[in-house]
Amino acid sequence: MRHTRGLLLAAMLAVPGIGQAFELSEWSTVTEAASGQTVYWSAWGGDSRVNGYIDWVAEQVEVRHDIELVHVKVGDIAETVGRILAEKSAGNTQEGTTDLLWINGENFAAMKERELLYGPWAEQLPNFSLTAPEQNPEVREDFTLPVEGYEAPWGRAQITFYYDSARVSEPPRSMPALLEWARENPGRFTYPKPPSFFGTSFLKQALLGLVKTPEVLYEPVDNADFEAVTAPLWRYLDQLHPHLWREGEDFPAGGPKMRQLMGDGSLSLAFTFTPSAPAAGVLDHQLPPSTRSYFLDDGTLGNVHFVAIPFNAQHKAGALVVANFLMSPAAQAHKQDLSVWGDASVLEMSRLSAEQREAFETDSRAAESLPPQAAGALLREPHPSWIEPLESAWRQRYGSQ
Amino acid sequence: MTAALSYRLVIRTLPWLTIGLLSLPVLSGLAGALAPAFGWLPALGGEQLSLAPWRELARVPGLGEMLRLSLVSGLGSALISLAVVVLFLGSFLQSPVYRRLQGWLAPLLAVPHAAAAIGLAFLLAPSGWVMRIVSPWLTGLDYPPDFAFPGDDWGLALILGLVIKEVPFLLLMSLAALVQCRADERMMVARSLGYPPLTAFLKTVMPGLYPLLRLPVYAVIAFATSNVEVAMILGPTTPSTLAVAVVGWLHDPDLTTRFMASAGALLQLLVTLVALLGWWLVERLVVRLSRGWWQDGHRHCGERSLSLLARWAMRLVLGLMLLALAGLALWSVAGYWPFPQSLPWPPTLGNWQDAADGLLSPVTQSLAVALGATLLSLVLVLGSLEAETLRRRPLRPGAQLILYLPLLVPSVAFLFGLVMLQAQLGQQPGMLAVILGHAVFVLPYLFLSLAESYRRLDPRWAQQARSLGAGPWRVFMGVRLPMLLAPILTAAAVGFAVSIGQYLPTLLLGAGRVETVTTEAVSLASGGDRRLTAIHALLQLALPALGFVVALLLPRLLFRRRRGLLLSH
Repeated sequence: MRHTRGLLLAAMLAVPGIGQAFELSEWSTVTEAASGQTVYWSAWGGDSRVNGYIDWVAEQVEVRHDIELVHVKVGDIAETVGRILAEKSAGNTQEGTTDLLWINGENFAAMKERELLYGPWAEQLPNFSLTAPEQNPEVREDFTLPVEGYEAPWGRAQITFYYDSARVSEPPRSMPALLEWARENPGRFTYPKPPSFFGTSFLKQALLGLVKTPEVLYEPVDNADFEAVTAPLWRYLDQLHPHLWREGEDFPAGGPKMRQLMGDGSLSLAFTFTPSAPAAGVLDHQLPPSTRSYFLDDGTLGNVHFVAIPFNAQHKAGALVVANFLMSPAAQAHKQDLSVWGDASVLEMSRLSAEQREAFETDSRAAESLPPQAAGALLREPHPSWIEPLESAWRQRYGSQ
Repeated sequence: MTAALSYRLVIRTLPWLTIGLLSLPVLSGLAGALAPAFGWLPALGGEQLSLAPWRELARVPGLGEMLRLSLVSGLGSALISLAVVVLFLGSFLQSPVYRRLQGWLAPLLAVPHAAAAIGLAFLLAPSGWVMRIVSPWLTGLDYPPDFAFPGDDWGLALILGLVIKEVPFLLLMSLAALVQCRADERMMVARSLGYPPLTAFLKTVMPGLYPLLRLPVYAVIAFATSNVEVAMILGPTTPSTLAVAVVGWLHDPDLTTRFMASAGALLQLLVTLVALLGWWLVERLVVRLSRGWWQDGHRHCGERSLSLLARWAMRLVLGLMLLALAGLALWSVAGYWPFPQSLPWPPTLGNWQDAADGLLSPVTQSLAVALGATLLSLVLVLGSLEAETLRRRPLRPGAQLILYLPLLVPSVAFLFGLVMLQAQLGQQPGMLAVILGHAVFVLPYLFLSLAESYRRLDPRWAQQARSLGAGPWRVFMGVRLPMLLAPILTAAAVGFAVSIGQYLPTLLLGAGRVETVTTEAVSLASGGDRRLTAIHALLQLALPALGFVVALLLPRLLFRRRRGLLLSH
């Protein structure tokens, strides 16, 4: 039996275009097929910390699995999605040029719907069980869409507000308080322009904090009366905008631009999706040393971010091995280190050995800029079908003034 | 095979290769934008032709405002740039000011658009350098004020950003053209008839100079109406220019937005064409209206005030550019640098040290791609121009249009078709694909920079050489190339700079296999860390600057004993 499989494997290896025969259920065949492959990982390259971490991953998989990992740095992952789409249009189903993708929930929903992703595979990765999906169902859903093994959890994000404590003594801890605060501090807060990721996230956060029945947001938008549900949001924004930066007539292009304004002192309150980002920004000289961060009292929007494999990836085995390594305790601990990246782990600590847990101890530098550990209830992402209507309603109201 | 035959064979093939290199990608690129604009993109379930994308586009809030912004900023910046250049040349052509300026041109031209825009934004923003220098002692501000510039609704910051890049480009194009139209001789005659410099220039040099500058001006208009980087950094956001909006739609995670985005890209093409048409009409009108003025014999035209204006406008343009660059240089050595500190203190080399690892590969790959694409384009352009001398007539209008399409169609839309073509042909992404892709964008600029100089070379030089018994190759190598070396090198330097600056073609056609200083710079700039952005912008600037320095110095070195070749052709 073993012999036959060997022959079959050899035969398949001889066929050009296949070359990576493996059985997902038999992990050793995956690592065997992966050995010697070059994996092209398309990931946003705008953060030198993230880039540095991916470099470290590349060194590790080279030594451990004989895989050459190439970080394809992009300014916007949509550029890569465009390339995959062009490949599909041209009938390239075997020799795709992208092997691994770091995407957000909206990209995932669109790519899965258009059958641009390979899968299911994620739950077969040996390290997947360390995430304890029964206790942490969020690793199985992305923006409420069931992942169904089409992407592997990589890290955690949660909207975290931060402020300059030299200028702000009591930051607002709820959406209504934010409006009050903006009235008293005109021009010192803003949010990025939707449909940028941060801008849309702010709309969802505000909506969650303002609607009476948040449950409807977890159903497809067609089941709800969009106008009625979102009316409080538009009332709120109508009141808020005159007190924003540039009187709400202009918005920063995205999260990074907002951090830049914070670093310049133009803003004194802002938010991010990575709880450790304000502390990291202080260490990197991008934010004032007096930066402090916190969560809203009623909780903030949180999600898990994932890596996926395109349907036509040429080096799927290599991509699988890299995705599995990304979920390993060593890789997750290194990622959580504030001096490296500071991105929160997706692993369940109770599944790890005492030795493995030790590696997750936190860095004390700039610790005062980190948000408190316990606080901050996590709000789930609304159903992705809400995103488009929210963005276009926003554009209709405030996109041209 | 005789030399004459081989010459004819080579020279007759090269134009076809040029047209092939351009038309295949351009047409497939255009089809890549055209089909989805009418609902056709089977990979996204679009299997029926429809006008739905256009209807959706028409409903975009603020579409009219977007169009207005694109047109006004495009035409406005081109007009201002041309006026500054012409008035400056007219006032100072024969003065030492002009010669001093030539030395500045190379580094200024090498500044990537995005870098200039980032530098300018830092200079003029509420938290920028100017405000820092006057705060708090003059303004009383401890924190930045809140005014909307850059990003003003009028697009003034955007126009300013475009002007500071276009003025050096037009000046460079004029350098070669002035020699070509014998500006010095024209000026001499007019001055001897008692015309003061500016009037002499406007009445006698301009009619000969403008036809040579026309194509570069069109390129400027095409770029200014459709550019994305500068408008993204300096333009308004509610709404933005059309080109920026199109990129946003193409990047929308909701993939169905691509249909409307493709329609938007075609609309963008239309906007650029309308701008060009409008300019052309005004051109006709100006020629008609000024005919009498050229001949009226009046010796003055507000000479003094216009000269003063030109001098200050040029100072402003150069000053803004230099200060923008200085700001970038400071950011590259800054630690935490809060408002209102005017200088980053203490300065640090840490940013450079961190970035130094892993710079070698992007730099060498950038050089390889840029040299490859420039050489390829140069051979093709020289071949096509030489073929014109053989046929004694310029390129057909249809071929001209193909040449300019890569400049006119927004590259985001165009590249989708190109990548599809690449996948269909089974061509592996990598260095070769990137070089070919860059050549599509480099070639038009090279052609544009070189064509008029080449066409205007007095044919009697070649005739004389032929009558002395030289074969066609020898005439080409021994007479035309040396006589045209300066404009050829300048054109090559422009092409080289264009190649260095390419982001999307490198990323998409190389599929990440090719990593250049620009792919690094753009991906890092998306993170918003000014220190890293500054370092990479400075690097991105260093390579083309080198190219321009070579282009300016090499002829001087080679012709140090034949100075006549440097002055007139």
